Amino acid sequence: MEYSVLILLLPFLSFIALGLLGTKLKPVVAGSIGTAVLGICALLAYATAATYFSMPRMDGVREAITLFTVEWLRFTDTLSIELGILLDPISVMMLVVITTVSLMVHIYSLGYMHGERGFQRYYSFLSLFTFSMLGLVVATNIFQMYIFWELVGVSSYLLIGFYYTKPEAVAASKKAFIVTRFADLGFLIGILILSYYTNTFSFDVLNAGDASLFSKAAGTTFMGCSVMSWAMALIFMGGAGKSAMFPLHIWLPDAMEGPTPVSALIHAATMVVAGVYLVARLFPVYSMETPEVLVLIAVVGAFTALYAAVVACVQTDIKRVLAFSTISQIGFMMVSLGVSGMGGHEGLGYMASMFHLFTHAMFKALLFLCAGAIIHAVHSNEMSHMGGLRKYMPVTHVTFLIACLAIAGIPPFSGFFSKDEILAATFEFSPVLGVVMSFIAGLTAFYMFRLYYNIFWGEESRHEHTPHEAPKSMTMPLVFLAAVTVVAGFIPFGHFVSSDGTAYTIHLNWAVAGASVVVAVVAIAIATALYRKKSPVPDRMAAAMPGLHHAAFRRFYMDELYLFITKRIIFNCVSRPIAWFDRHVIDGFFNGLAYLSQRASYAVRVIQSGQVQQYAYVILLGTVVIAALVLWLL
Amino acid sequence: MEIHMEYYLVISTIMFFAGIYGFITRRNLLAILISIELILNSVDMNFVVFNRYLFPEQMEGLFFSLFAIGISACETAVAIAIIINIYRNIRNIQAKNLNQLKD
Amino acid sequence: MNILSLFVLIPVLTLCGLLLCKGDNIRQIRTIVATGASLLLVLAVGLVIAFLNERAGGNNADMLFTANAVWYEPLNIHYSVGVDGISVLMLLLSAIIVFTGTFASWKMPFQQKEYFIWFYLLSVGVFGFFISLDLFTMFMFYEVALIPMYLLIGVWGSGKKEYAAMKLTLMLMGGSALLLVGILGIYFHSAGAGSPLTMNITEIAKSSVMPVELQRWFFPLTFIGFGVLGALFPFHTWSPDGHASAPTAVSMLHAGVLMKLGGYGCFRVAIFLMPEAARELSWIFIILTGVSVVYGAYSAIVQTDLKYINAYSSVSHCGLVLFAILMLNQTAMTGAVLQMLSHGLMTALFFALIGMIYGRTHTRDIREMGGLMKVIPFLGACYVIAGLASLGLPGLSGFVAEMSVFVGAFQETDTFHRIFTIIACTSIVITAVYILRVVGKLLYGGIVNEHHLELTDAVWYERFSVIVLIVAIAGIGLAPLWLSNVIQDSLVPVLNQLNF
Repeated sequence: MEYSVLILLLPFLSFIALGLLGTKLKPVVAGSIGTAVLGICALLAYATAATYFSMPRMDGVREAITLFTVEWLRFTDTLSIELGILLDPISVMMLVVITTVSLMVHIYSLGYMHGERGFQRYYSFLSLFTFSMLGLVVATNIFQMYIFWELVGVSSYLLIGFYYTKPEAVAASKKAFIVTRFADLGFLIGILILSYYTNTFSFDVLNAGDASLFSKAAGTTFMGCSVMSWAMALIFMGGAGKSAMFPLHIWLPDAMEGPTPVSALIHAATMVVAGVYLVARLFPVYSMETPEVLVLIAVVGAFTALYAAVVACVQTDIKRVLAFSTISQIGFMMVSLGVSGMGGHEGLGYMASMFHLFTHAMFKALLFLCAGAIIHAVHSNEMSHMGGLRKYMPVTHVTFLIACLAIAGIPPFSGFFSKDEILAATFEFSPVLGVVMSFIAGLTAFYMFRLYYNIFWGEESRHEHTPHEAPKSMTMPLVFLAAVTVVAGFIPFGHFVSSDGTAYTIHLNWAVAGASVVVAVVAIAIATALYRKKSPVPDRMAAAMPGLHHAAFRRFYMDELYLFITKRIIFNCVSRPIAWFDRHVIDGFFNGLAYLSQRASYAVRVIQSGQVQQYAYVILLGTVVIAALVLWLL
Repeated sequence: MEIHMEYYLVISTIMFFAGIYGFITRRNLLAILISIELILNSVDMNFVVFNRYLFPEQMEGLFFSLFAIGISACETAVAIAIIINIYRNIRNIQAKNLNQLKD
Repeated sequence: MNILSLFVLIPVLTLCGLLLCKGDNIRQIRTIVATGASLLLVLAVGLVIAFLNERAGGNNADMLFTANAVWYEPLNIHYSVGVDGISVLMLLLSAIIVFTGTFASWKMPFQQKEYFIWFYLLSVGVFGFFISLDLFTMFMFYEVALIPMYLLIGVWGSGKKEYAAMKLTLMLMGGSALLLVGILGIYFHSAGAGSPLTMNITEIAKSSVMPVELQRWFFPLTFIGFGVLGALFPFHTWSPDGHASAPTAVSMLHAGVLMKLGGYGCFRVAIFLMPEAARELSWIFIILTGVSVVYGAYSAIVQTDLKYINAYSSVSHCGLVLFAILMLNQTAMTGAVLQMLSHGLMTALFFALIGMIYGRTHTRDIREMGGLMKVIPFLGACYVIAGLASLGLPGLSGFVAEMSVFVGAFQETDTFHRIFTIIACTSIVITAVYILRVVGKLLYGGIVNEHHLELTDAVWYERFSVIVLIVAIAGIGLAPLWLSNVIQDSLVPVLNQLNF
């Protein structure tokens, strides 16, 4: 499987080549190179997956294989950053997900970005992103992950700000980078603590389940919690930043300012699940050493899922709805990890989370790509500018519907299977949480169908020109992803991925499954009643609860809060005073010193009058005094 | 009547301090110059007197005073040249006006 | 002839060549400086290779390529040179920056000849400093490096140049006054009873007879003396004004190399020769540098002048250098040296780009610019790369350095070190804030000024110097292992000193 190195190397080379050649290449050539490279990567990833999963298990466990590692930077005798490729079930699964979605996005962008200024730049950034994301998932150690973690952050920054002449895009890209960077600070400190006490960065060693590794940290506490809890919680903070967990989610809705295929790739399918992947990657440590942090993760995930689902119900920008839906779904994955245990049936949550990650990546990418096609057709993001599009865009319509059914959890679409596992795991952990999560699943079905009806049904709004179906390059990926969405649920996922690497056969929990289907159907029915035709009920409902509606529409004022903290507090109350202090107090001190010495020299200067006779007088007096002293002393 | 060395010394001392007094108090550059001459002459006198009374068999004191006279002549010449130049520039030769060098 | 002496000789010869040529013969002047700069670069690269060969060949002496000549017998002052891995890297850094600085000042508005004369005199000082093993020679070259700065800023600068030049020179001179006292203190306790006093650093380190009571006096003097040049809080205020007023290449050389003299000196003289006091008193300076890391970054957030932003960012980054040195362990010190290299290159790149942008727009106020990416894409893209390097993007030099510093600093277990390490870590966020703010305002968005639509992108000599710097930055960022190995090996004598 040595060829898996190429999966990483090729996108990097393509980034360098496209970046350096830039506008010297024709757009078509640049696009083709990028797409071709990704196609090869995808094939290699499938081959790797096939080889890996067909390898025999060792004692019933799928082994993690470290393909190769090179030392990149040495810190101390024991700590050094190594770059390498680690293949284990989740990283192989991620390889498949990333290359597939990325390939689809590459193909789709050929049509979507056609004729855009900076087409070559776009493809080079896409390659950079793909490279970094692949590097992230195959990381052999936590520091390699951090390196690529930062790289995906920056490629996300570059891609969100792709339309750099648009102020909103620039602001959004900046916000995305800074918020995630803040979270990364936690990640970094977490890594520092973890590595200090365990003396290793390597996932292999950390996940080996060797309790003595953590003995050095035992008994060390900080503010009432053990340092290991701090470390793991801080590492989770990094994940929460990238995965847009409350309260670090604020960057994701704004990130929709980027080109839509980018949103599909980065902000729906791959980068935003990096946090989930991180927790999954360190899951043995979380589970064995710091189960209390897992509870924290579950709580944060559940709250985020609820919060985002509520907000998604009232947004009018279709990409924003999808963004909040993404946040909510990632909340599901986090909850699932949070409630999971290790091994066998205990590890159901872990498996469910990864399964949901997989299916969600496919159908959410599909949703975004559909949204792109729609935006392409009507030149607007606002729901009010759409309506009745099903006649004009049949392919988009059908694929969008499939994705909606999948995310709503209707069998036999893939979302049903993965979400059902999550709910089952949650119910086993705590029935209350299970009920809450089922309610959120209902909300999901509701807002997705609100979106669906508003776009494809309802009144046709006036269009400047008749909307038309997207070109082949755009519909092909839609069809492909829709096909995957339809069949992915039947993959025996537990045989590939499970918490401890043993084979786990999924049994549908019919009670939970039945209940969740009922909830979804009811929610869809409500959405149908409200939105299928123009109806006054939603407006009346909004009018009945103006406070709640407005608050939800403004996303419960989280952005305002952040603006207050950054602009008012950091900028005006910290930075300005510091800058003032620097200029006026510290610099003032040195200027004052200079001023004083100048004054002093003026004072001394009076003695040097320039009057020769005065000098002579002083000399005379001096002579007399010295003479007197000499006489007196002798 | 024998003339003691002290008599000469008293006179030269008076001349010396008169010179100093003049140097410090006079305002006119020429007067200051004259005061300097007084000082120099008092010193010359001392040279001669010490030579004559203390080391009559040697001649250094006499020579030195000759030297000093020569040098003071040169010095006077230079000083007067400077004074004339000053006069040309600032139209007077009052010492208190000459403080440009301090800046 | 010793290879190291060439580092002093070449700038001197360049300088003499410049003296001989006519002031209005631009072509001749450029030929001379380009030759001189290229020779220096080649020499520096050659030195690195020769050094690595020697080490590979098993030569484990602390200092290589040593040469020694008596200079003033009665005080036992020698012209004594030698390099270890750290000084080799510093020489390489200086050579790169002198080289790129020369190309960045390819066109000067007036008196190009005189400008280059002072410029090369400055580089004589810089190179001389890094090769010296004798405290007196070192101090002399240090002064040689400081004085030309006054004229370079005062004559060829912009803005409040006289004020800035005066302030910079006076503050640095104040620092060197303290330093001189420190050096004399070291000199007079450099050898045990009976043996002659010496100025040679390696010999002093070997004998280490200075009693700790005296070290307590002379360590702070020496550290602050060098620290002033390394922008130690609160003695950093020369840096914003000085950098803002200096012409492009001088800012590059000053922020890129001269500020490193401070860090290098702190490490080579203050800590190496007075290790006991360093252990005892490091906490004071950790507080100061820890503050300056965050303080510089916060100050940079609200600045509107590009050069001020960069100057405060230098305060922050150089604060990190001193902070790391004071951690007194191998990892952090390696990080410190890497940070010196990284900061030197990237700040030089920044100043070069700012100079080029200023040369086109005639303003450095970010409120008066915007959307430049569209009109000058090359410079814009390079500015983004510089910014990303500065905020520590993996793959560029800043990341490697910062991570080594943080991991190293985290090896010190007590709460005091932990707290300041975490404070220093927060700078990575603040840095991102101010870098992205500038990039957003300056390069993105719409064009603010109509006249900026007609700007032209970089010409060949500008591209050349920028590309050289970027390649160096990416080189460190992509393959840092050999660098950190070289540095770690060279740190062993210092660590032996520190562990008594």
